[in-house]
Amino acid sequence: MNSRSTAAVSGQAGLSPALRDPAWTGRVFWALAALLLMAPALVAVEFKPWVLVEPDNLRITARFVGDFFPPAMSADFLKLVAVEIWRTVAIATAGMALALLLALPLTLLSCSAISVSSLSGRMHPLALALRQAVRWLLIVLRSVPELIWALVFVRVVGLGPTAGVLAIALTYAGMLGKVYGEILESGDPAPTTALLRNGSGRLQAFFYGLMPTNGAELTSYTVYRWECAIRSSTVLGFVGAGGLGQQMDTSMKMFNGGEVATMLLAFVLLVALADRVSSRLRKALG
Amino acid sequence: MSRGLLGLLGGVALLVAASFWSLDLQWRQFLSADSMARMGRFLAEMAVPASDAAFLRRLAVATAETLAMSAVGTVLAALAGAALALLASREPALGVAGRQWARVPTRLLLNVLRSIPELVWAALLLISAGLGPFAGTLALALHTTGVLGRLFAETIENAPDGAAMALRVRGVPRGRVFLYATLPQTLPQLMSYTLYRWENNIRAAAILGVVGGGGLGQMLSFHMGLFHMAETGAILMAMIALVALVDLLSWWARRVMGR
Repeated sequence: MNSRSTAAVSGQAGLSPALRDPAWTGRVFWALAALLLMAPALVAVEFKPWVLVEPDNLRITARFVGDFFPPAMSADFLKLVAVEIWRTVAIATAGMALALLLALPLTLLSCSAISVSSLSGRMHPLALALRQAVRWLLIVLRSVPELIWALVFVRVVGLGPTAGVLAIALTYAGMLGKVYGEILESGDPAPTTALLRNGSGRLQAFFYGLMPTNGAELTSYTVYRWECAIRSSTVLGFVGAGGLGQQMDTSMKMFNGGEVATMLLAFVLLVALADRVSSRLRKALG
Repeated sequence: MSRGLLGLLGGVALLVAASFWSLDLQWRQFLSADSMARMGRFLAEMAVPASDAAFLRRLAVATAETLAMSAVGTVLAALAGAALALLASREPALGVAGRQWARVPTRLLLNVLRSIPELVWAALLLISAGLGPFAGTLALALHTTGVLGRLFAETIENAPDGAAMALRVRGVPRGRVFLYATLPQTLPQLMSYTLYRWENNIRAAAILGVVGGGGLGQMLSFHMGLFHMAETGAILMAMIALVALVDLLSWWARRVMGR
């Protein structure tokens, strides 16, 4: 960066040598190209930041955000928030329990580690077809986001936690089933095949071969998913599936900034707590 | 079985039982012939997705809008995340950035941005940005800024500092040390984080509209609200196809790059 680099680069001739950039043509080209590529996207998303500072919008926003302080702290409201937090956790827990009930048999059906026919050569075509069918079912279950399941179930059973529990149960069954299968198949197959070769049943092989070696990993993933379920059960409330989210949605529609602030705070604390509990549990599992 | 494990299992069982007991779950209503019939009718109508040309054109526009939302949201987040990461990282090459007074509040801000889900941001932003894709885009951008800001800050902190040191000892100012040493070294990692978040954001953008944030989700909640099940089926298929396509592309990209 000293005065030896005197060769004037066209377009930068006026700059002092220290400010010259040898790669500036490339940088300018890529910046322009990126802008050109982004332009249609900006139009498509109606990117109009000035909407945010229009006087009308600004006044409403300022009033709403101004209401955040102080957060609503009346005893009645805090009690309501506490109940809704518990319901959020309960929806997540009940949903996970059902998801587990669904995922375990599906995992047993789809897991090729306990295939008897593949001990000697290839898997029996029927068994292969069944396993593929179950895998497709798992894909379908998890490829529909839980929010969409919740929308559907709210239409069927009405507003309330039932829709949330069902939505989490179905999506998470798909995720658990897939990951359980992957964990079981990636572990050491020796104990399981030894059991199967010596004439044990598939269930015995599962409980005495696969579970002891993979149990901790399976549990740890389940705990992690429970943590995710708490987050998503809050979000599900926004479509009417109960819990903190539904209450938040109501307060937002009434422009009650103070209540929204309290609930956002409660939500952030809940997520942080779930994160702490889940990582402690997973560490304990090793 | 150890006592700790028994206690844990007991606690979990208690939690599950309390959950089911305390929620007023309407299994009877869910399993009743009436709602089963309704469910069956929904599914039957959904199975014949709407396919008239005008609707398909709107569907294509909404899909493009979803993709645009995810792309713009991710780009905005990458820019804001990089700026905040400079403040949040312990990179000694940067003047302000190394100081505690900038780092602590920035980290707090990033944590708050990250811990509020996109959908909640979208619902909040509806108030100032109005219904439509702009609110959804900003929501994606805010949440992703939190995520990327933290990842970027960690990347910058962990960058090997040999090149930066070489420039610094020769008296190059701090800003330029970052631009010519740290940034080029960390750029591939930053790009890969950004692409990964983009993949996530496409999935999120598809459903954000449910609270009014534009894209496929808004179309879905509109038609589902009016019980247009044929249209709903088609939108759901578009969503699943979009997500599957993204999954496939990212799997393929990872395989190509992994080699």
